[in-house]
Amino acid sequence: MFELLVLILVFMILAGVLAIEADDLVSAVVSMGAVGFGLSACFLLLRAPDVALVQIVVEVVILILLLRGTIGMGIETVKGHRDRAGMAGGVILVVLFLALALYVAVELPKLGEPGFVRFLDSPSWTYLKESLSLTGATNAVNAVLLDFRGYDTLGEVIVLFTAVLGSIALLRRKHRQEKKDE
Amino acid sequence: MNEGMSLIVRTIARWVVGFIFLYGIYTLVYGHLSPGGGFAGGVILACAYILILIAYGRRFAFKNLDWRIARSLDSIGGLLFLVLAFLGLLFLTNGGAYFFANFIQKLHPGKPFHLFNAGIIPLGNLAIGIKVLASIFVAVALLSALRLFDERGERSFESMEEEK
Amino acid sequence: MIVYLLILILFCVGLYGLVSQRNLIKLIISLSIVESSVYLFLITAGYRKGAGAPIMKLGESAGQFAQRAVDPFPQAMVLTAIVIGLGVLALLITIALRLYHRYGTYDITEIRRLRG
Repeated sequence: MFELLVLILVFMILAGVLAIEADDLVSAVVSMGAVGFGLSACFLLLRAPDVALVQIVVEVVILILLLRGTIGMGIETVKGHRDRAGMAGGVILVVLFLALALYVAVELPKLGEPGFVRFLDSPSWTYLKESLSLTGATNAVNAVLLDFRGYDTLGEVIVLFTAVLGSIALLRRKHRQEKKDE
Repeated sequence: MNEGMSLIVRTIARWVVGFIFLYGIYTLVYGHLSPGGGFAGGVILACAYILILIAYGRRFAFKNLDWRIARSLDSIGGLLFLVLAFLGLLFLTNGGAYFFANFIQKLHPGKPFHLFNAGIIPLGNLAIGIKVLASIFVAVALLSALRLFDERGERSFESMEEEK
Repeated sequence: MIVYLLILILFCVGLYGLVSQRNLIKLIISLSIVESSVYLFLITAGYRKGAGAPIMKLGESAGQFAQRAVDPFPQAMVLTAIVIGLGVLALLITIALRLYHRYGTYDITEIRRLRG
């Protein structure tokens, strides 16, 4: 299973490189979809079926939004990289980040020993042991999401509401700013 | 996306959309027993409505679910979730009430692995599913009705929302 | 360990796309790749060797369930984050369309030079 995970990750990296370097926007969006579906396969291998289900369906909606919202509008598009100074600064940033992250990554625990096994007072023990007796739900992820951590779900509902409200407000026919300028 | 697609696409969409809707409702309602829940079920239901939007065109799809009704449904779903959270404070009166308390499970506990079980969790799934369905449908419907170039090829911004 | 390194490389691929591309849609695509790498990192941090999904089977006790399940906590957080990422992406696409209507181009170097 570990080799399969590494193989899918290499596929995702190659698809990601193709997504950002492709000239044609349709190829870039399809490669981004490939990264998303590979991610869902990784979630299934890591024993997270709930998250894999949500990731597949959300990836389909993201593909619909990107393909219809930007490429289906008939806009001629611009290709290529930024100017020299911007790209030099950017590459230095990425190399710096990679060096710092590699310096920290040696402290990460081995794959297969999560936090709640090493620390015996972590909340995940309560979530696993008491999810049936305290909430009556047998899906521990749903019990955590809606009973033990319901406040975070309320915050997520508010964020989704705000994002769609802002999107509706931006799509009005004549924006008020333009009316004031005339 | 004003007019729909060809006859083959419309026929297959008409056969398939019932199954997608049923699968979305199943994922939503059995969220506390098997993988799924409010978010996955809501997005699957939204995909059913988006399929009708793409295959049959805007006019037919808005007769099915108008985007203004979907906007109100979005707010209703969020309010339902908030009311469900506050009811926990009202009902548990013997000291032990807190925000988001699972008051149904504490007062009338159910049997495990049954459908009417786990108190507030299926109701929360329902509220979240309604909200996610309405949000995603409104976002895709408004983006599909946008036109950036008018008939002469000039740049304009035609959308469905009138200016107040 | 090599899994964490590959996730880090995926994050850096997305970050490179954010700093080097000129098209606004490529920036949105790179942001989505960065988010995907973060979700994978969180779920990988909760994996337990030889364990199963955090869903109880019929006839299992709570103690047995706690010994054989992966961590449910990062899975719930990542589920929330995925849906929030969808909402943010819808808003970003709307902003990009508005920018196109205002400036006539998706090129971020041009948008920076034209002011109003």
